[in-house]
Amino acid sequence: MFSREKFIEKVLLLLAMSAIGSLALITIFIFLEGLPIILKTGVSHFIFGSHWAPTKGHFGILAMILSSLYVTIGALLFGVPLALACAIVLAEFAPPALTRILKPTIELLAGIPSVVYGFLGVVLLVPLIRTYLGGPGLSLLAAALILGIMILPTVISISIDAMNAVPTLYREGSIALGATQWQTVRKLVLPAARSGIITAIILGMGRAIGETMAVIMVAGNALNIPTSILDSVRTLTANIALELGYASGAHREALFATGIVLFIIIMILNTAATLITGRK
Amino acid sequence: MRLDPYLTERLMKSLLWCLTGLTIFALIFIITFISIKGLPQLSLGFFFHDIEDMGRAGGIFPTIISTIYLTLIALVVASPLGVGSAIYLTEYTTEGWITRLIRFGAECLAGVPSIILGLFGFVLFVIKLNFGWSMLSGGLSLAIMVLPTIIRTSEEALKAVPKEYQDVCFSLGLSKWQTITRVVLPCALPGIMTGIVLSIGRSIGETAVVLFTAGASLRTPTSLFDSGRSMAVHFYILAREGLSMPNAYGTAAILIISILLINISAYTLMQSFLKRYQ
Repeated sequence: MFSREKFIEKVLLLLAMSAIGSLALITIFIFLEGLPIILKTGVSHFIFGSHWAPTKGHFGILAMILSSLYVTIGALLFGVPLALACAIVLAEFAPPALTRILKPTIELLAGIPSVVYGFLGVVLLVPLIRTYLGGPGLSLLAAALILGIMILPTVISISIDAMNAVPTLYREGSIALGATQWQTVRKLVLPAARSGIITAIILGMGRAIGETMAVIMVAGNALNIPTSILDSVRTLTANIALELGYASGAHREALFATGIVLFIIIMILNTAATLITGRK
Repeated sequence: MRLDPYLTERLMKSLLWCLTGLTIFALIFIITFISIKGLPQLSLGFFFHDIEDMGRAGGIFPTIISTIYLTLIALVVASPLGVGSAIYLTEYTTEGWITRLIRFGAECLAGVPSIILGLFGFVLFVIKLNFGWSMLSGGLSLAIMVLPTIIRTSEEALKAVPKEYQDVCFSLGLSKWQTITRVVLPCALPGIMTGIVLSIGRSIGETAVVLFTAGASLRTPTSLFDSGRSMAVHFYILAREGLSMPNAYGTAAILIISILLINISAYTLMQSFLKRYQ
């Protein structure tokens, strides 16, 4: 009996290692496939080289790194203010009954597949940009706007949780001292919920930088360092997805190498988010 | 000059309410737009006919079968792993470096972008293990994707079961494993199901992972080693290559309505479960 219990415990421990084990496998395989070409090209040539012609042996991904960065910053500039406004209203101003309906509704929308967002971008947003702002329409701006909308549910939901974690007693104290509701939010709730809100923004950022399908559909995927928000851009994720289907040899290794860069960026963001939440 | 705090209060509140209204309008608009454009395209034939002319005509039957196939494989693999992990975390160990490592792994895995999972599934399952573009490769890759969700929700569900239940079992002389299988797991089952149902929703909507592991064959898969395109992949190809807008809208409507229904049932399941233990 005793040994059977011990055996079960060992089996469960093994199962519990599945997540960290998968993560390790992913890391190992992506690095095994991609690292040789980075070392052969040279780390700085690979990251700071702006010439990507994989069939001719040129592997520089600077344009993609910058595009990913710009698109993500654009998404945050557009999405974070909207998400924070929404979170403040739902956590602080709205009647609780309304919040009880709206919060789950917003969380449900996180389930809409990214291809659907991309499709809507193509049929609604891209023509608007092409008509009113010029350019090809498929652009950095379109990608940033779509990603900005896509990160809303994540950022809103985590920010609301962070604000709800601030004790009601504090708010009552602030109101009793004569502060208005907005003063209470700005001087008390937001600073107190800061680490949660920062975590929300970092996770939103991770989602934006890792998003593939929506970006492929609306960003245009041209290979150049963007100089305007109306330029067509190709992100790191799009580069992998567009070429993986037909790549072979060194070309395919270079796509895995692109994956390594993306993976490292995401891991840094994840660790930052974990550290910030863990400290509280 | 100092602004009147009451004026600021009024201004800020109106501004924030407007932005909130805008956000919620945008999100509701997405669903309404797709439904209005897509629902009129649907007919019984659309569900039950084969794809014809690359998707320009016919229905989407093979894609429905592929989607079910992939989702089932993902769940069959990920559920025991996820629930087992959660049991270990909640019942067998105290907080320490090992639980921190397991949780860190699950959290990082949840953050891994789908394209990286696609790359990984492609190199390991499709090439190294020689499963080819197949339901098996796709399902296994999806299993890794949904694993963190199942671990997290199962953990919450197991934690919600009152500790007293276990004390009673132990005092009656039941072993730890008996307590878990006969009392704790049945009590936590609705909560655990929530995670599994959410995983179904995510598997149905995923594109990047499936595209590079299950391929995009137009045929109906009949075995684990057949390639096939899921609904989401089919929709992506229809939309990207501009093959047929009506069919694209129709497929999109089926996709988002089924995912919303699945997520709503997951939410209600969790709510009723939590209510029971509060």
